[in-house]
Amino acid sequence: MIKINICKKLHLPQGNGELRIDTEIHSQSFTALYGPSGAGKTSLLRIMAGLLKPERGIIEVNGQTWLNTDKKIDLSPQKRNIGFVFQDYALFSNMTVAENLRYALPSHQSPARVEELMTTMNLQAWANLKPDVLSGGQKQRVALARALVRQPEVLLLDEPLSALDDATRSQLQQELLKVYQQYNLTTLLVSHHLPEVFKLATHVIKIEQGQLLQSGTAAQVFGWQPQDEGFYLTGEVVSVEAYSLKILVQQQLMEIKHSSQTENLKVGDKVSLQATDLLLHKLS
Amino acid sequence: MQYQPLWLTLQLAFITTGCLLVIGIPIAAWLAHSKFKLKPAVEAIISLPLVLPPSVLGFYLLLAFSPASGLGKFLNDVLGIRLVFSFTGLVISSIIYSLPFMVHPVQSGLEALPGSIREASQTLGKSSWQTFIHVLLPNIKPALFTGIVLSFAHTLGEFGLVLMIGGNIPGVTKVASIAIYDEVESLNFKAAHMYAAILLAMSFCILVAVYVVNKHLTRNRLTA
Repeated sequence: MIKINICKKLHLPQGNGELRIDTEIHSQSFTALYGPSGAGKTSLLRIMAGLLKPERGIIEVNGQTWLNTDKKIDLSPQKRNIGFVFQDYALFSNMTVAENLRYALPSHQSPARVEELMTTMNLQAWANLKPDVLSGGQKQRVALARALVRQPEVLLLDEPLSALDDATRSQLQQELLKVYQQYNLTTLLVSHHLPEVFKLATHVIKIEQGQLLQSGTAAQVFGWQPQDEGFYLTGEVVSVEAYSLKILVQQQLMEIKHSSQTENLKVGDKVSLQATDLLLHKLS
Repeated sequence: MQYQPLWLTLQLAFITTGCLLVIGIPIAAWLAHSKFKLKPAVEAIISLPLVLPPSVLGFYLLLAFSPASGLGKFLNDVLGIRLVFSFTGLVISSIIYSLPFMVHPVQSGLEALPGSIREASQTLGKSSWQTFIHVLLPNIKPALFTGIVLSFAHTLGEFGLVLMIGGNIPGVTKVASIAIYDEVESLNFKAAHMYAAILLAMSFCILVAVYVVNKHLTRNRLTA
């Protein structure tokens, strides 16, 4: 269990504000920190990692105090057993892929850990290449493997897939799920990509302007109750016209006839689509 | 023409550059990462040799090193070190004179690195020292090389400062630039030509080396 109760002054796009979060995160959960840009998601993740100091606060991870400003406890990032994956990969250009992973290996740990991760993440082919020749998706796989070498208690992912194209993004989401299921790591993901949050997270914390708005499962947070049958999609309203509504779902545009349900919607709203009567046609 | 001034020049340049590596890199690292309020003042002091006439710096150092001053008296009486008109004095004044040529490129190199690299190393459990040695320094090789070469080349070309602090003592403080001046004063143009040509060739080769090696270092980032 992770207990977080922190307060930190923020310079938000709308002016100065405050990040004030008081929540608990279950061990071995995959929690998404969801919210618009500048909401304070990344700041919260950096505070967890010890890379940013809050004015006041407490962070306890599985009974161990990482931060307690009243008791003047503030573990350095080195002493918090975390894996951190950055948006810009933060790979070391002077080392090869294998050397990046070996650098992360603590002295007491067997080098077999590096070999295991190289195999799990399919990195062997690039082992002796420098990171600068890899594509964005390949770099992020290396960064993810490197973050896992230490066998962290908590894996912190700061918008790791935001710079990638859709196909690579989808592929890496599968990798993240695989890693999460294989190592049972408590994982925190910063994302403002709704389909990604639905696909990966077991739990969602919604943050806006530094405040925790809601927390729960994705369905609870986004106000959507799944039924026993049917299929569900999430998307974003891109146009509202007199008799129709256009919604972007997974990069595909869908048009829906106007009805009483859609009257209050405006462009930019996130929506979920649900259908129970499916008509299936064989195409070939 | 004698080879001793050239040999002395090279000795001075190597020793000064070696000392600057030890002194300049920590100063550059501190300047790159510090949020100290008086940092601009420290940066200005380090950069002063860039704008001051060497004779001004030489004059103040001469006063400071002189046995008549408190520092000079202490060094002379207590430690038995004489800095005026000695090779040791030349080395110390050269270090002060060439400090910005080491500090500036290294500081710029460190500041240009993305902060996430340093943070990534910290989150992997590595100390600041390990991060600096294994991650930060190897990633600023071109800047480091530029700092080394510029410090070396700048020391080769010193004149005013050397003349003020060291004078013109053969085998002790008479470096190549002083020897040229000396030979011209004696109307011995042939020897002056030889010294000048050697210094010119050395400076040219050093600068060519900077460009070639930096190109090579940049290309090497992409391959193992």
